[in-house]
This record gives sequence, C-alpha cells and structure tokens, in this order.
Amino acid sequence: MTLSMLDGEPRVISAGAAVLAEALDQQAVPRLGVDWRPPLPGTSEALLKVLADPRRERANELAVGRLLSARPQLVGVRPAGEVLDLPPRTFFHAGPPIDWERASGPMRGALIGAAIFEGLAADAEEAERLLVSGSVMLDSCHHHRTVGPMAGVVSPSMWMFEVLDVEHGGTAYCSLNEGLGKVLRYGAYGPEVVERLRWMGDVLGPVLAGALALSGPIDLRSLIAQALQMGDELHNRNRAATSLLVREIAPAIVEASPEHAAAVLRFINGNDHFFLNAGMAAGKVSADAARDVPGSSLVVAMARNGTDFGIQVSGLGNRWFTGPAGVPDGLYLGAYGPDDANPDIGDSTITETSGLGGFAMAAAPAIVRFVGGDVSDAIAATRSMYEITLAEHPAYQIPGLGFRGTPTGIDVALIARTGQLPIVNTGIAGRVAGTGQVGAGLVSPPAEAFTAALAALAEK
Amino acid sequence: MRAGLYHDSVSLMRISQALSSRPGVTVAVVAMATELNLGLAREAGFEIAEAGPTDLLVAIRAESEAAMKDAGEELDRQFAALARGGQSGGPRAESAPRTTRSAARAWDATLALVSVPGRHAFAEAMDAIDAGLSVMIFSDNMPVELEVLLKDRAKERGVLVMGPDCGTAVVGGAGLGFANVLRPGPVGVVAASGTGAQQVTCLLDHAGAGVSHVLGVGGRDLSAAVGGRSTLVALSALDADPATELIVLISKPPAPEVADIVRQAVERLGTPVVTALLGAGQDDLTTAAEKALRDLGVTVPEWPSWTVPQQAGSADLCGLYSGGTLCAEARIIAGTGSFIDFGDDQYTVGRAHPMIDPTMRLEALGRASGVVLLDVVLGNAAEPDPADRLAPAIREARERGAAVVVALVGTESDPQGLRRQADALVAAGASVFTSNAAAARHATSLIGSAQ
Repeated sequence: MTLSMLDGEPRVISAGAAVLAEALDQQAVPRLGVDWRPPLPGTSEALLKVLADPRRERANELAVGRLLSARPQLVGVRPAGEVLDLPPRTFFHAGPPIDWERASGPMRGALIGAAIFEGLAADAEEAERLLVSGSVMLDSCHHHRTVGPMAGVVSPSMWMFEVLDVEHGGTAYCSLNEGLGKVLRYGAYGPEVVERLRWMGDVLGPVLAGALALSGPIDLRSLIAQALQMGDELHNRNRAATSLLVREIAPAIVEASPEHAAAVLRFINGNDHFFLNAGMAAGKVSADAARDVPGSSLVVAMARNGTDFGIQVSGLGNRWFTGPAGVPDGLYLGAYGPDDANPDIGDSTITETSGLGGFAMAAAPAIVRFVGGDVSDAIAATRSMYEITLAEHPAYQIPGLGFRGTPTGIDVALIARTGQLPIVNTGIAGRVAGTGQVGAGLVSPPAEAFTAALAALAEK
Repeated sequence: MRAGLYHDSVSLMRISQALSSRPGVTVAVVAMATELNLGLAREAGFEIAEAGPTDLLVAIRAESEAAMKDAGEELDRQFAALARGGQSGGPRAESAPRTTRSAARAWDATLALVSVPGRHAFAEAMDAIDAGLSVMIFSDNMPVELEVLLKDRAKERGVLVMGPDCGTAVVGGAGLGFANVLRPGPVGVVAASGTGAQQVTCLLDHAGAGVSHVLGVGGRDLSAAVGGRSTLVALSALDADPATELIVLISKPPAPEVADIVRQAVERLGTPVVTALLGAGQDDLTTAAEKALRDLGVTVPEWPSWTVPQQAGSADLCGLYSGGTLCAEARIIAGTGSFIDFGDDQYTVGRAHPMIDPTMRLEALGRASGVVLLDVVLGNAAEPDPADRLAPAIREARERGAAVVVALVGTESDPQGLRRQADALVAAGASVFTSNAAAARHATSLIGSAQ
C-alpha cells in the first residue's frame, strides 16, 4: 500500500506537549496546533467506550445526514385535539416530563390558563385545585411529535402548525404564536390571554388553514435559509422569517377569508416572532428524522420545562438526561431584573438542536447584545459551536462567515471532550405565574445532562 | 488555584524549574491539579484547597516577600510566553481548534502528532484516522486493546499508526518527537524502538548515508497481541516509496508467530530489507548499521570517538541511561554492572522524559563511583545543551575517582551540534563514543583498570 503522507511536504496537526510543537516550528514544518484541554471531569472512561464503539462513526454520519437532508414544509394548520393523541383533560408541556409539584411559576400559570381556556375551570383557583388533584394528565410535547415555546402548553382546542418532512415522511406540530407580553406561553392566564387564545382558535387557525389549502405547502427549509441571510438566527430574531412568511401567504389569506384578512395580517405583522413556532416544528421534524440510530451520540432534543433542562440522544431512544435549568443571562424589559427571572424554559432549543439560534448567532448582528457585546462575540459564539457539532448545514449558511454552513448536529462526546456547552439563545419568563416575559438572553445548559447521556451510551 | 487554565505537563514542569531556580525561592510547584500533583504539593508541606484535574495549581514557597513577588512576576511572564507560543506556527485560525477532528476539518494536513496524556490520546488519534490522516502517538500508557482497535481502523482507512509510545519519526524530512536532523537518502527505517532507530540512523548519517523516512511503530507492535499491524503497513509503504532503496527494520525479537508473519511480508517486498533484532545473541545496533552500509555499497567508516585516559576508582559499572533500547544494549554487552533506564515509566510519573528534564539522572551521577556509562541523545525536542548540564557533574565524578564514558547519539546537523557536545563532554573529562556498543565495550574494559 502507499501512504499519502510520504509524498510531498509534511503538514502536521499537533495535539499535546508544547516542546514537540516547538520542535516542528524550529524546523519550519507547517503546523496547526490543537488547543487541547482535559475532558469534563469523570468522562474519560465513558469517552473511551463511546469512541471505540465500531458503530459510532457510521451511526453519526447516518443520523446527522438525516437531520441535514430533512425538507420541512408547512402543510397545514389544524386543531391539536384532531391531529395529536391528546384526549380531553390531557395537556402537553415543554421540556422533559414534570408534574405540578415540581413545576415552576410560568409552567403552572400556563397550565392554569389552558384549564380555563378548555372550560375545565372557571377561574385560577379552581384550575389550580384541578391540577393539584392530578385529574389532568400531563406529558411532554416531545413525546408526541410536538414542540412548544416557553411553557409550551398544548391543549386539545389549540390550533397547530403542521410541518411535513417530505424527504423522510415525518410530521411535527407546534402551536401558533400569541405575540409578546402577557401571553400563555410565558405563564400569563388573565382574561386577555384566554380571549386571545379563543380568537386564535375561532379565527386565526381556520383562516390560516384555508389560506394554506389555497397556497399549497410552504417550503420552510428555503424560507429559513433566506431568513438567515437577512439577519435572523431563527430563535431570538424571527423578523425576516416572519416577513417572508407573510409575503408567501398574504394573498391566500385575502382570498380565503376577505372578512378576517385584515385582522389576521395585522396580528401576524404585530409579532416579529410569529414564524418561531413554524420554525420550531421544522426543527422538530428534522431532528426526529435523526432519532433511533443505534450507536449514535447525536443530540436529537434539548428542552426545558422551567425546572429541568433535558436532552435526548439518537442512540438512546426516548430516555431523557437532565440537569437543573439555569437562569438566563441577558437583558431585561422595563424594570424587571435577574431576580424576576424564572429558570430556563421551553422547547425552542430545538432551533439550536437543528443548527440555528445560538449556533447561528454570527448571522444575526442586529441582536448581538444578547451575547454580551459586539459582532465579534457573535462570530466567536458560532465558531465555538463547530467544535461540538458533527456537520455544517448545506442549506443554512452564514454570509458573514463566507457562506459557511451553520454548525449542526450536537455530539455529546465532543461536548465531554471540549467542555464546550451549547450556546442557547432564549426568552426569559417571569418566575411568578401570570407575569409573562421579562427579558431575553443567553443560557448555559447543565453539563451533567450531556455527561449522563455519554455514560448511558457507554453502557449500551 | 487557577480554574479552567490548562497547559501540558512538560511546559508546566519547565515553569516549575524556572521558578525554583530563582534566588530566594525554596519550592515551586506549577502543575495541573491531578490527585498525583496535589499529593506531591501536600508532601511538600502546602495546604491545598479543593481542586480538580481541570484546575491549575501554583504553590510557591519563598524566603521573603520580595522573592515571592519576583516569582509571581516570573510566573506571569512564563504563562504569557506559553500563550504566545503554544498555538503559533502554521496558519492561525481566529480561534484554535479544540480537537484533532476540528483541526483536520479546518486545515489540509498530512499527518497528526499526538502527545496528550495517555488516557486521552485515543480520542485524538481516532480523530486523525477518521479524517484519513496517519498519526504518530508519542503518548504512552494506552491499553493494548485500544492500540489494536486504532490500528485496525487505520488499515481500513489506508493510514499508519506510529505508536503509541513512539518516540521518534522522520516523515518527508520533518522530525517528529525526539528526532535527529538526518541527511536525506535512500534508507527507509521501520522501528519499534525510538533510540534504537536514532542510533542506527545517526551512524548511517556519519557514514554519509541518509534516510528517506523513519517510521516508528510503537514498542508493542510486534507483540502477539498487536501482531505487527503497523510494521506490515510501514514495510509495504516504504516498499512502494520511490525514494526508499533499502529498508532497515529495527525491533526487539518479535513474538514467534509474529516473526513468521513479518518474515513472509519481508520476502514479498521488492526492496531489500536489513533486519536488526535487539537482544542477547543478536547483532548490536552498530553492527546492524554496518550491515546496511555494506548493502548500500557504502564504506563502513571508523565510528568517531574521543577518549581521555581514565582509571576507575572501583570495579563497579553503573549505567545511567535515558534511552531504553540503548540501556538494554549496553547491559547485554557489558554483562555486568547495574543499569538504570531513566526513561522507564517508573521514573517518568509526574516528570518529563530525561531527554527533556535531566534532574534525576544528574542526581544519580552525583552519587556514582567506579565506571559510569551514560547516553546523551541529541536532536529536535531534546535538551538544548545537555553537555552544559552534565559537565559539572562529570567533573565532580572524575574528581571523586570515577571514570565516565558517554555514548553520544546525534549528528552534526542536530541543533546541539555533535562535535560541540563531544568537545564539552571530553573537556569535562569523559570519553565519548558515537557508537553505544563501542562505549559499552570501552566502559567494560575500564573495570579492569580499577585500582
């Protein structure tokens, strides 16, 4: 056999002792140094087992290949009770499973609001008694092809975006975005919140459904790719994506429902984050395509319920690996401050899971203050995510990085090796039920969720 | 304690050494806060706070506030120098890659050199192989089953694993690890022994015969467990290499079943092979080099040596070596005396290799009497001026009545310069030989001179 290194000029990657690297420099041998550091404490043995698994490389290639090749399309808007396995007196919520006892303020507020909206209770006190008694079943959105932002509470009467992956055939759902301020997803449940939800069920949902029937499916992969080039990172900034969505669907809205068109378009235009939920369903359907590849260390879900931050991994089925949800570090609205903030909450980390959000910060210079400074911090944030991801997205590109694909496909083994945790952009909910949004910023996931998943992979 | 700051152990030991040598500093420990290092610091009388292996421990004891302040400033200078120098060379990315995988994705490399602590070397080596790169693993302490796994994966990818515990290699003129500066030429070397390869190639260099490539395979490659996996790849690659006209295979005697496999592989090659097996009853390294020269049609020269008249004060022969293979060869030739290989694992726990840090060997030299036999190995990555460090200790030993013989392995082109080192050693009172075998024979003959 021949060895390619024997031909031509040697070019050496060096990892380890500086004295050996210096010896190469003294010989003027071209060299790239690895900034090596020890892995996260306690992970060495598990890392050896996982990296030695003969299935690993092929499994990760397959899993991340599915994540990258998914072609999500918005195909419909339908009531949750109709399309999901969601019987009456059952609510889905964001993050890993949780009960009322451990639920945080905003999660409790959203559950109360949903109980009132569904007519299970007349007021907050009655709703709380009902929820405490356990007569409402709770389950994770993620267990039902669904994601929800912030509290992510889904009840049967809510209308959902329906997103189909035309490449692999999967379907995923996400609720419709209510706007900012006092909204259910941030744990608010006052009369204006419930009233808005009713209007969304009576008008917004049916009108969008009618419009989509006329317009045909909307290609979300292409829409997200364009929005990234227009300054969105698709988690904390969705202004471009929302505008593009309106352009696509506005004529059909007018055709489908002339009497409601103005109200519906005004509602969508009044909310820069309207696209977020469609984008989350696109992320969910793409990540679900990568599930259940034996031996794969790819993260297929990162989600928070306001108490726990949990992840799921392709090679580990539906098991959750959790750690305490952290309090985001960010900017606050009005007079709110860090003391008002609830720990991290929501399924919107599906954006980071699929290579967007914090991972695409370099595409969104308009909101770099969330990463604590200037454009170079945003670029550094995105660059650091290439260290923990398996691939670069072929369609989602960052103009400022020479149209390099976004870092996509988080690998728990690379997290343990580098100690670099995923960078997550997020909204911040008030910790008291009923408050609503108090800010937005960055949050660091708990390392133990990733190291526990690595240990589980090592045992398989 | 400095949380989250990491530097490799060799760099940190150099800093500890630099701080300890400053006036007024009695003890300086700068090390990653591993259990071992924390224990060492506690033994030195320091009270240590809670810390983990990803924290960096700095413990300094000084005679005065001023000395402490001076040591602190020196520490900052040393860290700053590391931060400047550590990642330089080659194309500088905006941020340095954190894994070999990431480096291979960012840059068009031809091979990787891995010298991270042994238990972490597997990950970096696997990254290189997955990226289609050959890899030299300088690190030791890798379990044999992982070595086999890496070598099997490498074969699938058509790349070579040099190591683990591979001390030297020369690829396309680039010296990796402890490597001498050798003239280019027709000899390809496959070596399961680092200092064995250095001795043979340095002798070839003296004789005017250069090398195409020196491919280390790791000391265990020809064991029954590893089965010569890398040796077979390296032989076949050198056979296909147009620059290689003669192959020299250097190894300890292989496991019998592996010997058969290697012999059959050698017979299939179109390129002639000189095999140098180390051990009792075998040719020594110098004889192997001479064999290769005859095969090349190059005249075997007289191997340079510089002797001074010496008499030993006692009949004890004491070998103080940094190279394992050189130590074993000398022990066999002498057939008597006590020999210590300071490069052996038991002497390198928490310390750099004696080719980098000669402290322990210098201490042993300070106690030795009778006939003392030393090796001094030159080349890239070795000490910048080993003779300068050794000379005072050699003078003292001579004054105590000891006889000192040095096997000097290196070339004139090495950064330290063979002749300059030989002159300094001879001036200190040592007899110097470029052939380790000749040095061992000379030392043995001096036993008889004991009064």
